[in-house]
Amino acid sequence: MSKTAIIDYGVGNLFSLSSSLRYLGNEAVVTRDAKEIRRAARIILPGVGAFGDAADKLAATGLIPVLHEQVAAGKPLLGICLGMQLLFEKSYEFGEHRGLGFLPGSVCPMEPDLAALGVNLKIPHMGWNALKIYHPDCPILKHTQEGAFVYFVHSFYAKDCAEAVAADAEYGVRVPAVVARGNVYGCQFHPEKSGQVGLAILRAFAELEGQA
Amino acid sequence: MLTKRIIPCLDIRDGRVVKGVNFDGLRDIEDPVELAKFYNESGADELVFYDITASFEKRPLFADVLRRVAACIFIPLTVGGGIYAVEDFDRVLKAGADKVSVNSGAIRHPELIEEAAKKYGSQCVVLSMDVKRVNGQFRIFAKGGREDTGLDALEWVVYGVEHGAGEIVLNSIDTDGVRDGFDLPMLEAVTARVNVPVIASGGAGKMEDFAELFQLPGVDAGLAASIFHLREVDIHELKRYLRTCGVPVRI
Repeated sequence: MSKTAIIDYGVGNLFSLSSSLRYLGNEAVVTRDAKEIRRAARIILPGVGAFGDAADKLAATGLIPVLHEQVAAGKPLLGICLGMQLLFEKSYEFGEHRGLGFLPGSVCPMEPDLAALGVNLKIPHMGWNALKIYHPDCPILKHTQEGAFVYFVHSFYAKDCAEAVAADAEYGVRVPAVVARGNVYGCQFHPEKSGQVGLAILRAFAELEGQA
Repeated sequence: MLTKRIIPCLDIRDGRVVKGVNFDGLRDIEDPVELAKFYNESGADELVFYDITASFEKRPLFADVLRRVAACIFIPLTVGGGIYAVEDFDRVLKAGADKVSVNSGAIRHPELIEEAAKKYGSQCVVLSMDVKRVNGQFRIFAKGGREDTGLDALEWVVYGVEHGAGEIVLNSIDTDGVRDGFDLPMLEAVTARVNVPVIASGGAGKMEDFAELFQLPGVDAGLAASIFHLREVDIHELKRYLRTCGVPVRI
């Protein structure tokens, strides 16, 4: 069975993510070692917390050039939650920060957009919400049905990325939930906390094979 | 649209599930890992574990329970009990918790809320409050509901949210164990003060109590223990019923 590398850059709790891959029978290695990442068949970029802090920590590992090299070589990459937000060009979370630029678009706070629409909803967007699927042929949605519920926890969301949106959820605004371009994928929700639906998304990702 | 969450709560002592009635007369019910699997399969949206282990020596049993649950259950896990310092957050997060609830620890050291929110993010910090009416005031009680702190619950909840609590569990001591419905007036008063998710606890006795609870727009989730543990209410059935009442739920 081919390995999945989960990037360890000191952000968030990787216990559930590695447990869920193990539960699916996939070998997961939590690592910041470039050699190990190059040997893996696919890469997961996790993350919780603030964008700027996470981008700095990721840069400090020296792995950003490795991620670019591996993505260019065709290896599947999945960003989860803040890890998905890092895939975009930039973020406006407490100032302006540069992202990895794998996907066009930017990450913006939800609150002013909800206020502008006169929508009074709690922030963060926290809890179970339903997926509306636009690209059912998206490889990581292979085992997922329209209307399936997934677990979100976030206050910022991706914008100006319409072409990359494979599925979204409604929370006053349309919240990009699954994004994809080429071999780069992202989930705004936590598949490792989304019960059977989340496991099916991780299983579909684990079925993608990159050249180790 | 977000769904309303149904959350079974497991009180754990020395590695076993217990549930008190009005916090007294604890009874041993089941193995926590088996019960967690059962709830995961029956449609629970999240699980809450409270560690009520009294002796320090038996604390590692709880981390062991948590690790075993987190290795096979992939829905959010909230952990409370024995959280008095940032190191306690670290201890349970490493064992697989997603959110940590503070109660007496935050009353004793209010700065703990802000310290933990800065280190782990507000989404991780749940402020749990045991509240009872005293002379017409909603009063915060500590030590599992035994000690009147004199704190006003409506002021305390605002303080907690301003300092970084990302979610509130409101447990009404007045309705806890009575099984005649949630404490709607208390919930209304608290939800009017804050704009973070509020989980209602204390008083669930039947399915209709949840339908009534979710008529309050500020309530995001309902938490209960014995009615689920004793299989008096089945979560699948409860959710189907709530859907017929027009409440959005995950099925």
